[in-house]
Amino acid sequence: MSGEGTRLIMGPFNRVEGDLEVRLDTSLDTVVSAEVSSPLYRGFERMLVGKPVHDALVYAPRICGICSVSQSVAAARALAKLSPAALPEAGAHAVNLVHAVENLADHFTHFHLFFMPDFAREVYAAEPWYEGIAARFRAITGSAVREALQARASWMEIMGLLAGKWPHTLSIQPGGSTRAISRPEKVQVLTLIRRFRQYLEATLFGDSLEAVGELASAEALHAWSEGRSSDFAQFLQVARALELDRLGRTRNAHMSFGAYELGTGHLFAQGVWVAGAVQPLETASIAEDVSHAWYAQGPGAKGPLRDAPVPDVQNEDAYSWCKAPRLGGQVVEVGALSRLLVEGHPLALDMARKGGNVTARIVARMLELALVVPAMETWISAIDPEAPFIDHSALAPAGEGAGLTEAARGSLGHWLRADAGRIDHYQIIAPTTWNFSPRDKRGVPGPLEQALEGTPIRPGEEEPVAVQHVVRSFDPCMVCTVH
Amino acid sequence: MTRPVRLLWLQSGGCGGCTLSLLGAQGPDLVSALELAGVEIVWHPSLSAASGREARARIEAVASGEEPLDIFCLEGSVMTGPDGTGLFHRMAGTDEAMMRVIERVAVRADYVLAVGSCAAFGGITAAGGNEVGAVGLAYDGRQAGGLLGPEFRSGKGLPVINIAGCPIHPDWFTQTVQQIAAGVFDERDIDEWQRPLAYTGHLVHHGCARNEFYEFKASAENLCDMGCMMEHLGCKGTQARADCNIRAWNGSGSCLDGNYPCINCTAPGFEEPGHEFTQTPKISGIPVGLPTDMPKAWFVALASLSKAATPARLKDNAARDRMVTLPRDKARDAAAAKPGKGKR
Ligand code: SF4
Ligand code: SF4
Repeated sequence: MSGEGTRLIMGPFNRVEGDLEVRLDTSLDTVVSAEVSSPLYRGFERMLVGKPVHDALVYAPRICGICSVSQSVAAARALAKLSPAALPEAGAHAVNLVHAVENLADHFTHFHLFFMPDFAREVYAAEPWYEGIAARFRAITGSAVREALQARASWMEIMGLLAGKWPHTLSIQPGGSTRAISRPEKVQVLTLIRRFRQYLEATLFGDSLEAVGELASAEALHAWSEGRSSDFAQFLQVARALELDRLGRTRNAHMSFGAYELGTGHLFAQGVWVAGAVQPLETASIAEDVSHAWYAQGPGAKGPLRDAPVPDVQNEDAYSWCKAPRLGGQVVEVGALSRLLVEGHPLALDMARKGGNVTARIVARMLELALVVPAMETWISAIDPEAPFIDHSALAPAGEGAGLTEAARGSLGHWLRADAGRIDHYQIIAPTTWNFSPRDKRGVPGPLEQALEGTPIRPGEEEPVAVQHVVRSFDPCMVCTVH
Repeated sequence: MTRPVRLLWLQSGGCGGCTLSLLGAQGPDLVSALELAGVEIVWHPSLSAASGREARARIEAVASGEEPLDIFCLEGSVMTGPDGTGLFHRMAGTDEAMMRVIERVAVRADYVLAVGSCAAFGGITAAGGNEVGAVGLAYDGRQAGGLLGPEFRSGKGLPVINIAGCPIHPDWFTQTVQQIAAGVFDERDIDEWQRPLAYTGHLVHHGCARNEFYEFKASAENLCDMGCMMEHLGCKGTQARADCNIRAWNGSGSCLDGNYPCINCTAPGFEEPGHEFTQTPKISGIPVGLPTDMPKAWFVALASLSKAATPARLKDNAARDRMVTLPRDKARDAAAAKPGKGKR
């Protein structure tokens, strides 16, 4: 029973990647405070020390099976700091394409397999929209599951062509991509992109990607969804009925490392968005706090190029293996919504005016599908099949650097120091490490912990369904979080 | 009416990549493949609706023997650290070490499947100093034992079935499960590391698009070149057991097609090769890891002979990232050289 001063422990959370436990202190009908716990530690940062530098490209993708390419990109960029090589343009396009395939596959998978099935839960059986939603999105047996799996598998064929295989591809290197693309293969890739576009336009959106990408306000989105029966429109109707835009509010500080580096900048800009204004990103002010995590309490806070926390289960204040990264001491949220806010997309700006929320996070992912697929069509067309895809300049045996990128779930960074051709030091901060961080030494909760405060609890609920929506709206990846 | 085949899936010290790879199953998709085999998912962390209390209840019903279990799948290594407590992985929502939950469930199943090299042998999670104590269900690297001990047999009298690979190809899993569900999987279907012979009856080298380069020892020099990667780039395809170049990955690819060498990810200990992954260790110019079953003297003799006979076309192409010299039909050239005979 939920009642005055009750503590609820929720876990295992499924339909998230990896292991997650959430502990809630509740009043009669709301969450008062939350503690988010990552209960699995594998130790990649320590595993990598002493390895030949190049081998980071074999180990790093295996941090995570859902964003292995993002891990490769971050590792390759960090290694590139040890080399004078400049990424050839065709190689940069190839890497961006492979990376985009993964990121969009994540958004697509999250929507169909991880997020929507919660609306097929029994608690909603009396809602007028229930029958249709449950038949379409019920876990495993819903009609959308099979269709989405087939569309996804055909989308991943681009990986077979451009990267050999996925997950855990090795084609992404500091100097570019190992896989040159021939003239006929360009057309093959373009055809696969169009095939995915077809599914998105026919089934997910029920409209052209361009029309969705141009929606510029919450009101326009609302009008667009009225009377439409596509999967995304159905989500919007449910979101409105349940007022999901009031759920999972965060405090409006967002960060993006910048997504899809092009010769001229990024497709989605780098920066920090705080209460409506974009500021430049100061990566030097990133540091991890371990006061509430199971690590030995050192002086710390010198940043990921210097600090290397050692696991210690004795820390009595700890409740997670996740460290607490902070930007200039501040909590920031990362992810698709953050990327679009930093980029200044009008719909994202309008939806997040009162703070990040469940609806805005889902809409941002769908928007990225609509915006990135057309960009991919231009990237593949721009590739010169006669040009080099990789630069083989050797890596310096010693040096240091950071590799920053955007995974589907947000900002991902790898920081390394090398000496005598071997890794001396390696630290990773993953998107969910930011979003699901525990409290820091000042007691400030991480973004999800903040977002859960005030979440409503229905009468008698021991595992509040609203909490499930809030948690999954971040599309957490717990194996990355602690790594 | 026969009841459906019940399958329970747990994850521990892995990356989830085996599940994600499985979601890419084609012809048919994963859900259809399981349905066609008559398999019902009791619980799977990425697919099921049940979470929290309901999920714990389902797992507990199996662990206590209250509900029967046909197939138990573990993805990820068993985390035994720190100091044998298993606390590097506590099952969410409980204070229990995941290691103990895995143990309690495994002894109830008719078939136990280690999905991926982590669950089979410890895999990538056991790399480096393995400070976390990662082991497989029935192996700790090449050492028999692991969590369940060398003598372990599942309900149907089989040892743990190691669907090794990092990650697995979706078919390796779906076809094994289909065989089990059809009641036709037994000791004859596994190799000496307990891996399904359906895919380890092959070497990765079989069907590699570089076989012709291999024959003439026309070698790639850089990652991206088209030649054989055995001599300089660490390719273990001639020793690695899997059908990666016969069975396409993601519709059409393989590691080799992506222009990178085979790292033998289906074998125990692949995570610690003792050399840089993309370099071939050599003694006086001869690769240390020779093709399976091949006497060294023969390899050396044949290699020097074939190198001397390498056709120009292969020599031209081996250290390039695309074909510069194409195969040509001589009959076409001969016809072109005799003017006047053809029709206008
Ligand atoms: S075997 Fe490889 S892909 Fe599978 S869980 Fe382990 S690290 Fe991930
Ligand atoms: S690259 Fe590897 S698998 Fe391919 S032919 Fe050479 S040795 Fe065999």
